[in-house]
Amino acid sequence: MTVRVQQKDFNLGDELKTLHKGNHAIGGVCAFTGLVRDMSHNGEISTMTLEYYPSMTEKILQKIKAQAQQRWSLEASLIIHRYGKLNAGEQIVLVATASHNRDAAFESCQFIMDFLKTKAPFWKIETDLNGNQQWVEAKNCDNIIASNWTKNN
Amino acid sequence: MKILYFAWLRQKIGFGEEIKDIPSHVTTVKLLIEWLKIQDGGYSEAFKDISAIKVAINQEFANFDTKINKNDEVAFFPPVTGG
Repeated sequence: MTVRVQQKDFNLGDELKTLHKGNHAIGGVCAFTGLVRDMSHNGEISTMTLEYYPSMTEKILQKIKAQAQQRWSLEASLIIHRYGKLNAGEQIVLVATASHNRDAAFESCQFIMDFLKTKAPFWKIETDLNGNQQWVEAKNCDNIIASNWTKNN
Repeated sequence: MKILYFAWLRQKIGFGEEIKDIPSHVTTVKLLIEWLKIQDGGYSEAFKDISAIKVAINQEFANFDTKINKNDEVAFFPPVTGG
Protein backbone atom coordinates (compact mmCIF):
# COMPACT_ATOMS: atom_id res chain seq x y z
CA MET A 1 0.00 0.00 0.00
CA THR A 2 2.17 2.80 -1.30
CA VAL A 3 1.91 6.56 -1.78
CA ARG A 4 4.64 8.39 -3.67
CA VAL A 5 4.95 12.06 -4.63
CA GLN A 6 7.87 12.39 -7.02
CA GLN A 7 9.33 14.49 -9.80
CA LYS A 8 10.50 11.64 -11.98
CA ASP A 9 8.35 9.69 -14.40
CA PHE A 10 7.09 6.18 -13.64
CA ASN A 11 6.87 3.03 -15.72
CA LEU A 12 3.25 1.93 -15.76
CA GLY A 13 3.99 -1.70 -16.55
CA ASP A 14 6.66 -2.06 -13.90
CA GLU A 15 4.50 -0.40 -11.24
CA LEU A 16 1.51 -2.67 -11.92
CA LYS A 17 3.67 -5.82 -11.98
CA THR A 18 5.21 -4.86 -8.64
CA LEU A 19 1.77 -4.17 -7.20
CA HIS A 20 0.44 -7.70 -7.67
CA LYS A 21 3.68 -9.66 -7.68
CA GLY A 22 3.53 -12.70 -5.43
CA ASN A 23 -0.05 -12.12 -4.29
CA HIS A 24 -2.21 -14.75 -5.98
CA ALA A 25 -5.34 -13.67 -4.10
CA ILE A 26 -5.51 -10.74 -6.52
CA GLY A 27 -7.95 -11.36 -9.34
CA GLY A 28 -7.81 -7.96 -10.97
CA VAL A 29 -5.91 -4.70 -11.04
CA CYS A 30 -7.54 -1.43 -12.08
CA ALA A 31 -5.28 1.47 -13.03
CA PHE A 32 -5.96 5.08 -13.94
CA THR A 33 -3.21 7.21 -15.45
CA GLY A 34 -3.64 10.98 -15.73
CA LEU A 35 -1.77 12.78 -18.50
CA VAL A 36 -0.89 16.40 -19.20
CA ARG A 37 -3.41 17.56 -21.75
CA ASP A 38 -3.68 20.83 -23.61
CA MET A 39 -6.52 22.52 -21.74
CA SER A 40 -6.05 26.03 -23.04
CA HIS A 41 -8.68 27.51 -25.31
CA ASN A 42 -6.48 30.15 -26.87
CA GLY A 43 -3.39 28.39 -28.11
CA GLU A 44 -1.30 25.43 -27.17
CA ILE A 45 0.25 25.05 -23.75
CA SER A 46 3.88 24.17 -23.83
CA THR A 47 4.25 22.99 -20.23
CA MET A 48 2.37 22.40 -17.03
CA THR A 49 4.00 22.88 -13.63
CA LEU A 50 2.67 21.16 -10.53
CA GLU A 51 3.24 22.51 -7.05
CA TYR A 52 2.37 20.63 -3.85
CA TYR A 53 2.50 20.92 -0.08
CA PRO A 54 5.20 18.48 1.09
CA SER A 55 4.06 16.27 3.96
CA MET A 56 0.41 17.42 3.90
CA THR A 57 -0.05 16.05 0.38
CA GLU A 58 1.33 12.64 1.34
CA LYS A 59 -0.81 12.62 4.50
CA ILE A 60 -3.99 13.39 2.56
CA LEU A 61 -3.20 10.73 -0.05
CA GLN A 62 -2.61 8.16 2.73
CA LYS A 63 -5.92 9.14 4.27
CA ILE A 64 -7.82 8.76 0.98
CA LYS A 65 -6.20 5.38 0.43
CA ALA A 66 -7.11 4.26 3.97
CA GLN A 67 -10.73 5.25 3.32
CA ALA A 68 -10.75 3.18 0.13
CA GLN A 69 -9.31 0.20 1.99
CA GLN A 70 -12.02 0.50 4.63
CA ARG A 71 -14.75 0.65 2.04
CA TRP A 72 -13.56 -2.11 -0.31
CA SER A 73 -11.64 -5.28 0.24
CA LEU A 74 -8.32 -4.42 -1.41
CA GLU A 75 -5.26 -6.64 -1.65
CA ALA A 76 -3.01 -3.79 -2.76
CA SER A 77 -3.14 -0.17 -3.88
CA LEU A 78 -0.80 2.47 -5.20
CA ILE A 79 -0.87 6.23 -5.70
CA ILE A 80 1.95 8.00 -7.55
CA HIS A 81 1.63 11.74 -8.21
CA ARG A 82 4.29 13.81 -9.95
CA TYR A 83 5.25 17.42 -9.38
CA GLY A 84 7.44 19.93 -11.20
CA LYS A 85 7.49 20.88 -14.86
CA LEU A 86 5.76 18.47 -17.25
CA ASN A 87 5.20 18.54 -21.01
CA ALA A 88 1.94 17.78 -22.79
CA GLY A 89 1.45 14.03 -23.03
CA GLU A 90 3.49 13.23 -19.91
CA GLN A 91 2.10 11.10 -17.08
CA ILE A 92 0.98 13.06 -13.99
CA VAL A 93 -0.71 10.53 -11.77
CA LEU A 94 -1.19 6.80 -11.34
CA VAL A 95 -3.84 5.24 -9.13
CA ALA A 96 -3.97 1.44 -9.08
CA THR A 97 -6.08 -0.86 -6.95
CA ALA A 98 -5.98 -4.64 -6.74
CA SER A 99 -8.65 -6.93 -5.39
CA HIS A 100 -10.20 -10.40 -5.64
CA ASN A 101 -12.75 -9.15 -8.13
CA ARG A 102 -13.18 -6.34 -10.57
CA ASP A 103 -15.96 -4.38 -8.85
CA ALA A 104 -13.86 -3.49 -5.82
CA ALA A 105 -10.88 -2.64 -8.03
CA PHE A 106 -12.87 -0.43 -10.45
CA GLU A 107 -14.87 1.40 -7.79
CA SER A 108 -12.02 2.04 -5.36
CA CYS A 109 -9.79 3.33 -8.15
CA GLN A 110 -12.43 5.87 -9.13
CA PHE A 111 -13.06 6.77 -5.48
CA ILE A 112 -9.36 7.50 -4.91
CA MET A 113 -9.13 9.63 -8.06
CA ASP A 114 -12.30 11.58 -7.24
CA PHE A 115 -11.03 12.46 -3.75
CA LEU A 116 -7.49 13.11 -4.93
CA LYS A 117 -8.86 15.71 -7.38
CA THR A 118 -10.69 17.62 -4.64
CA LYS A 119 -8.57 17.06 -1.51
CA ALA A 120 -4.91 16.47 -2.33
CA PRO A 121 -2.91 19.73 -2.16
CA PHE A 122 -1.59 20.03 -5.72
CA TRP A 123 -1.85 23.10 -7.93
CA LYS A 124 -1.28 23.31 -11.67
CA ILE A 125 -0.04 26.26 -13.64
CA GLU A 126 -0.03 26.20 -17.44
CA THR A 127 2.54 27.96 -19.57
CA ASP A 128 1.68 28.60 -23.21
CA LEU A 129 4.12 28.83 -26.10
CA ASN A 130 4.48 32.59 -25.57
CA GLY A 131 5.49 32.09 -21.95
CA ASN A 132 2.16 33.32 -20.52
CA GLN A 133 1.21 31.54 -17.32
CA GLN A 134 -2.21 30.75 -15.94
CA TRP A 135 -3.22 28.84 -12.80
CA VAL A 136 -5.71 26.06 -13.50
CA GLU A 137 -9.01 26.71 -11.73
CA ALA A 138 -10.74 24.05 -9.65
CA LYS A 139 -13.96 22.73 -11.16
CA ASN A 140 -17.07 22.61 -9.04
CA CYS A 141 -18.26 19.45 -10.84
CA ASP A 142 -15.28 17.63 -9.26
CA ASN A 143 -16.60 18.53 -5.80
CA ILE A 144 -20.06 17.24 -6.70
CA ILE A 145 -18.61 13.97 -8.00
CA ALA A 146 -16.58 13.48 -4.79
CA SER A 147 -19.55 14.31 -2.54
CA ASN A 148 -21.69 11.72 -4.33
CA TRP A 149 -19.56 8.99 -2.75
CA THR A 150 -20.58 10.20 0.70
CA LYS A 151 -24.27 10.40 -0.22
CA ASN A 152 -24.33 6.86 -1.58
CA ASN A 153 -22.73 5.49 1.53
CA MET B 1 3.83 31.08 13.82
CA LYS B 2 4.87 29.35 10.60
CA ILE B 3 2.72 30.52 7.69
CA LEU B 4 2.81 28.93 4.24
CA TYR B 5 1.39 30.19 0.94
CA PHE B 6 0.88 28.15 -2.20
CA ALA B 7 0.12 28.73 -5.89
CA TRP B 8 -1.14 32.25 -6.74
CA LEU B 9 -1.20 33.23 -3.07
CA ARG B 10 2.55 32.60 -2.96
CA GLN B 11 3.01 34.69 -6.11
CA LYS B 12 0.93 37.61 -4.83
CA ILE B 13 2.64 37.63 -1.43
CA GLY B 14 6.08 37.11 -2.96
CA PHE B 15 7.29 34.12 -0.94
CA GLY B 16 6.06 30.72 0.15
CA GLU B 17 6.92 30.59 3.81
CA GLU B 18 7.52 32.88 6.78
CA ILE B 19 7.73 32.87 10.55
CA LYS B 20 5.69 35.64 12.12
CA ASP B 21 5.12 36.92 15.66
CA ILE B 22 1.37 37.14 15.93
CA PRO B 23 -0.32 39.51 18.41
CA SER B 24 -2.24 37.79 21.19
CA HIS B 25 -5.68 38.93 19.95
CA VAL B 26 -5.17 36.93 16.73
CA THR B 27 -6.81 33.70 17.88
CA THR B 28 -8.59 32.41 14.76
CA VAL B 29 -7.78 31.96 11.07
CA LYS B 30 -10.16 34.80 10.22
CA LEU B 31 -8.41 37.19 12.61
CA LEU B 32 -5.04 36.11 11.20
CA ILE B 33 -6.19 37.02 7.69
CA GLU B 34 -7.51 40.39 8.90
CA TRP B 35 -4.19 41.07 10.62
CA LEU B 36 -2.09 39.98 7.61
CA LYS B 37 -4.14 42.25 5.34
CA ILE B 38 -2.99 45.35 7.22
CA GLN B 39 0.69 44.34 7.05
CA ASP B 40 2.97 45.75 4.35
CA GLY B 41 3.36 43.68 1.23
CA GLY B 42 1.08 41.72 -1.04
CA TYR B 43 -1.25 40.40 1.68
CA SER B 44 -4.23 42.67 1.04
CA GLU B 45 -4.18 41.75 -2.65
CA ALA B 46 -3.70 38.02 -1.93
CA PHE B 47 -6.54 37.89 0.62
CA LYS B 48 -8.94 40.15 -1.29
CA ASP B 49 -11.43 37.34 -1.98
CA ILE B 50 -11.24 34.84 0.86
CA SER B 51 -14.03 32.71 -0.64
CA ALA B 52 -11.35 31.53 -3.10
CA ILE B 53 -8.96 30.47 -0.33
CA LYS B 54 -8.57 27.24 1.65
CA VAL B 55 -6.70 26.87 4.91
CA ALA B 56 -4.91 24.03 6.68
CA ILE B 57 -3.61 24.02 10.23
CA ASN B 58 -0.81 21.62 11.03
CA GLN B 59 -1.50 19.95 7.69
CA GLU B 60 -5.17 19.28 8.38
CA PHE B 61 -7.96 21.10 6.55
CA ALA B 62 -9.49 23.81 8.74
CA ASN B 63 -11.89 26.71 8.31
CA PHE B 64 -11.83 30.44 9.02
CA ASP B 65 -13.28 30.02 12.52
CA THR B 66 -10.68 27.46 13.58
CA LYS B 67 -8.59 28.50 16.59
CA ILE B 68 -4.86 28.97 16.08
CA ASN B 69 -1.88 29.31 18.40
CA LYS B 70 1.69 30.50 17.97
CA ASN B 71 3.22 27.06 17.42
CA ASP B 72 0.85 26.14 14.60
CA GLU B 73 1.76 25.73 10.96
CA VAL B 74 -0.93 27.59 9.01
CA ALA B 75 -1.13 27.17 5.24
CA PHE B 76 -3.21 29.20 2.78
CA PHE B 77 -3.89 28.01 -0.75
CA PRO B 78 -6.45 28.08 -3.57
CA PRO B 79 -8.77 25.10 -4.21
CA VAL B 80 -6.64 22.14 -5.29
CA THR B 81 -6.21 21.12 -8.94
CA GLY B 82 -4.16 17.92 -8.94
CA GLY B 83 -4.80 14.65 -10.72
